[in-house]
Parts: sequence; C-alpha cells; structure tokens
Amino acid sequence: MAGPMKMRATLGGGFTDVRVLMTHPMTTAQSGQPLHFIQNITVKQNGKTVIEAQISQAVSRNPVFTFRIQGGAKGDKIEVSWLDNKGETNSIETAVA
Amino acid sequence: MKRLVFLLVALPLCAAAQDAKKAIEKYQQMLSEGSPAELWELEGETLWKKPQGPKNASLEKCDLGLGAGKVEGAYARLPRWFKDTDKVQDLESRLLTCMTGLQGRSLKDATARLFGNADRPSEMEYLVAYIVGQSRGHKMAAPVGHAKERASYELGKKIFFYRAGAWDFSCASCHGEADKRIRMQDLPVLSEPAGAQKAYTSWPAYRVSNSQLKTMQWRINDCYRQMRFPEPEFASEATIALTHYLAVTAAGAPYRGPGTKR
Repeated sequence: MAGPMKMRATLGGGFTDVRVLMTHPMTTAQSGQPLHFIQNITVKQNGKTVIEAQISQAVSRNPVFTFRIQGGAKGDKIEVSWLDNKGETNSIETAVA
Repeated sequence: MKRLVFLLVALPLCAAAQDAKKAIEKYQQMLSEGSPAELWELEGETLWKKPQGPKNASLEKCDLGLGAGKVEGAYARLPRWFKDTDKVQDLESRLLTCMTGLQGRSLKDATARLFGNADRPSEMEYLVAYIVGQSRGHKMAAPVGHAKERASYELGKKIFFYRAGAWDFSCASCHGEADKRIRMQDLPVLSEPAGAQKAYTSWPAYRVSNSQLKTMQWRINDCYRQMRFPEPEFASEATIALTHYLAVTAAGAPYRGPGTKR
C-alpha cells in the first residue's frame, strides 16, 4: 500500500502554487533491487488535467514537487496523482487556500 | 609587507567561504520548505491512534507530561520527571512506557526495532515525528524544578564534558568551542544557549542523504559511534541525561522541528 501524500495549494500573484509530498522508494537500477519508480504525475484543476508529467529514476526518494498553474481561484479543487512502473498509484485532493 | 601579502591572499578565500556558507544556508532553507518529515508526521499520527498490543489499545491516552493524551506542546517540555515511573524521561523512553503500560506490550517487543532504515522506517521514528511536530512554535522549556530533574541535568552536563574512549573524546571536543566543523558541516557549540537553541530545536530531523527520519536517541547514539565509544543503551539514564542537558541549555527558543538535514 502506498504511503501518505501531503499537499498545499495557495493563490498568489495570479498563480496557483501547488506543493506536494509523496511517499515512494524511487528505487533505481543502480540499487540492485527491482526498479520501482514513479513514471507519471497528473495535476488536475477542478477535474481538468492541467499538467501531465513524465519523470524518471533520477528523482529522490519521497520526492517533493512544486507546480505553478496560471490563474485559478480560492476553493479550486486541485488533485495530484502518480502512477509508478508497477502500476501502483496514489492521489490527493485539496482546495486552493 | 608580510601582513599585506597575507591580507591579499586571505580576502578571496574568506569570500569563497562566505559564498559556500550562504549556498548551504539557501540549500537548508529549500529543504525545509518541502520536507518529507511531514510524511513521517502523518504516518506517526496514524500509528498513535492505532490500537495495538495485547490490550488492543492506541497510544491516545499516553501521558507525555501534560496529562493523558495531551500531545500539543508536550515535546517542548521534555525530558521531565514522571511521577508514575519516578524517573526523568525523554520522549522515546516515555513512549516505551506507554507501549508497555497502555498497550501491554513486552519491552522486547516495544524495543525490537528502534532504528529503521529507508525501506522500512521504525514505529518509534514515525511516532516521534508526529509528537515533536505538535510542539512547533512552542518555546523549549524542559523543567529542572524537581530534584531528579536537577540531578539528570547535572549528570548530562558531566557526560557532555567527560573524555573517554579510544580517541579520548568528549561531546565538548567537537561541540565545546566555536568554528569547528566536520567536512562542510558547522558544529554548534552545544554548551552555550545560542548553539544549543539552534541545533536542539531542529532535531529530530529528516536526513535527505539517507531518506530517514532520525530521532534524538539516534543522534546521541551516532555521536557516540563517531567518538568510538561503546554503543550507549537506547533510552538509558545517560542518554536521557545528555538530552536533558541539551534541552535545558536550549530553553527559551521556539521549536522548529522536525528538521531537515543534508
């Protein structure tokens, strides 16, 4: 089971800033263990996909990401989800403060 | 003339050192803005509320010094003397008391895995992260009113300056005077309030280089390893006393942890 995620979304200067923490081992090929890393990250604003990211093994364990979305309003629903190479997934939702 | 040459050489070196220090400070600030320590806090809160052990009880009624179940601000007032155990206890030893008492677990079970690793952090590390996080912003105020608290503080102070081991080191060998460092890590003077406040309020901490949350008991344990001492016992009178000495020296500063380290 995937560990917790934590997210904060704030409005300022005409932008929505999203900061999200993820629990993930991000195991690389160098470790000798089976590869296990997040491949896709999707950010949705009120149900509409605004960012689709493909990331590689070159990201730390328990990564932190920040995204900046143009515009937005207080109370907007922001959802961030990830999908890893084993098909595991997790997501978190928050309202813009 | 000699002095002039020295100055000319020394100035650019100082500037470089200043730049490096600034860069390190910026890096530390960036780390703390999005610290995975927050994930440990979340997991710890879940564990705090999870019924476990033969009594199938959670730790929610654990008394950390401010009354049963009161977590907010509790860590800032530890270590302290507890009436029920008649001992001065730090956070980790108090948690062991609650695990064995409230949950009915054996000490062997409660201490089976005190230090975790990146793949599998320990219950203790999660719980500590949650509890210390509930003292953010609270001023450090470990008490010394009780005779046993004063004795613990004095013992900790003595241990801090006690030289022994293969290298004849004491804590003060590295943390007793200004401008010492290990590689690029500046070492705080822990016997002075300014140094103790800066360091103690940022521990326990998440270590980015090994993706783990480290407890204060671990910090002391590893200092002893670095000094080539025999390994101190987890939550022993000595490690609690040393923590107590540091906590009292750091009194008055707001708690900022759990911190994030390189």
